[in-house]
Amino acid sequence: MVPIEIRDVSLIYDTPGGKVPGVKDVTLNISASEFVCIVGPSGCGKSTLLNIVAGFLSPAAGEIRIGGKKVDGHGMDRGVVFQDFAQLFPWRTALGNVAFGLEMKGVPKDERERIAHEQLRLVKLEKFTASYPHHLSGGMQQRVAIARALAYNPAVLLMDEPFAALDALTRDDMQRLLADVWRETRKTVIYVTHNVSEAVYLADRVIVMTPHPGTVKAEIRIPLPRPRDPLSVEFLDFQKELLRHLGHGASASEPTKANGKTTA
Amino acid sequence: MRDAVTAIAADHAPDRSHGSERLRLIWHNIFPFVVVGAIWEIIAWTGIFPRRLFPTLEDVATAFVNLTITGILPHHAIETVIRLLTGFALAAIVGVTIGVLMGRSRRAEDIFLPLVSIGAPIPGLAYAPLFLLWFGLGNLSSVLLVGFVSAFPIIFNSWTGVKAVKEIWVRSAQAMGANDHRLFRHVILPGALPYILTGLRLGLAQAWRILVAVEMLAAVPWGLGWLIFGARKFLNTDIMMAGIVVIALIGIALEKLVFQKIENYTVVRWGMISS
Ligand SMILES: Nc1ncnc2c1ncn2[C@@H]1O[C@H](COP(=O)(O)OP(=O)(O)OP(=O)(O)O)[C@@H](O)[C@H]1O
Ligand SMILES: [Mg+2]
Repeated sequence: MVPIEIRDVSLIYDTPGGKVPGVKDVTLNISASEFVCIVGPSGCGKSTLLNIVAGFLSPAAGEIRIGGKKVDGHGMDRGVVFQDFAQLFPWRTALGNVAFGLEMKGVPKDERERIAHEQLRLVKLEKFTASYPHHLSGGMQQRVAIARALAYNPAVLLMDEPFAALDALTRDDMQRLLADVWRETRKTVIYVTHNVSEAVYLADRVIVMTPHPGTVKAEIRIPLPRPRDPLSVEFLDFQKELLRHLGHGASASEPTKANGKTTA
Repeated sequence: MRDAVTAIAADHAPDRSHGSERLRLIWHNIFPFVVVGAIWEIIAWTGIFPRRLFPTLEDVATAFVNLTITGILPHHAIETVIRLLTGFALAAIVGVTIGVLMGRSRRAEDIFLPLVSIGAPIPGLAYAPLFLLWFGLGNLSSVLLVGFVSAFPIIFNSWTGVKAVKEIWVRSAQAMGANDHRLFRHVILPGALPYILTGLRLGLAQAWRILVAVEMLAAVPWGLGWLIFGARKFLNTDIMMAGIVVIALIGIALEKLVFQKIENYTVVRWGMISS
């Protein structure tokens, strides 16, 4: 897998109401096969940064290198999963959605369907290959989206709050599933979330961003062994540390925690 | 008339409890027509209007059967349907192409949008004399006029549909390596399909309206519009009504057998619109 270098990246949105900074001077080095979570207050620029790395936005200043190669537009070295369930193509079955990237790559039909089946099995949806997205629950749709982003085997996986719209229980399951998938595939992952416990559960390293306009405020390494126990003292300590960086203090009645991972 | 009343009464009778669901549904659909038919019959029988001008339903049915047996009505209908479908097919191809182009390219939008916005609200029949002068009396001008007029709603809706394609689909597809051509075929077209189908429906309705009118002006020897207008000379209101019924029947057939089938197979199956 490949490393990602983000150097002095800034972006300014041009809106009718004037110029709005999106992100400011973000520098970040991510090693190959590392799982990095980005947390920060709403509106600080997490999605903006991810979209720059994905190549959907081009930065006003700075540059991004993936595997040493400068990013210029989107490319198949990166798979993207958005927060929105609506990202799946309603006119394709789960299998058709997952096979899309392979189809674009020119992989023959039999081969791509075999791989798509495989990916859907990885996210435990092998029974729903023929279903259209509107017949799947939100959590299932997000799993299809993950399978879809993995299917054409990109070196990098970019995820923007993929589980934010799910209920707490489904979310727990999905986090566990994602941790497993990552262990198997060893992609380099950038994962945006505003859920502190999710970040501690998943990440090798958590990047905390400042409020808008966002820049890197702190980096916290999470050296806990996997699979992680969200009820362990160490886990909770990291959670508290993150909350402190986010300016929430460390009180036990912290609301963010209520959304967090509470089942073992 | 009496039949209709008994039928209405029956619907509210205990009979309802063991009537099958399907029958109820059919009844539900034809009920408005039964009411209108009943009122029609009452007026026809009271003799407020001379019977020649206001035929009973039996007169209309008789005219319908006679004209069908002699093959006159089918001939008119076939000519009309051929003109309709030829003009509509032209409109569909050109309209979807222009609409999609407008949705995809700023330049195309800048060029076509003002033209289409000005052209669309003008009643189709207003163009008829021009088309007749340019292309002569007959089939060519009617088909071209039908195509021209029915293209407007198709253009508008295809354009809107392309604009309404979710950005997130486009981004997902691009991230997965779709080039422009494939993006168009695999994402833009299916994504815009609910709107395109609506445009085609509206276009077809538009095509009917203009065709029936222009068949009279274009001096074509056959066609339902011609039949209806021609019947006026001899006060054959029963024939007019028969012509109108055929138009309605063809309209229903196209809606049920073509549009709804396509829709059920695509956008409804995909959950993009509810059935
Ligand atoms: N398309 C846009 N046009 C103009 N300004 C934008 C646009 N998208 C985002 N912004 C601005 O850029 C800033 C960063 O937005 P961004 O969506 O990256 O935040 P975020 O950290 O992802 O927030 P959230 O956690 O709520 O998703 C915000 O202040 C927002 O106002
Ligand atoms: Mg965001």
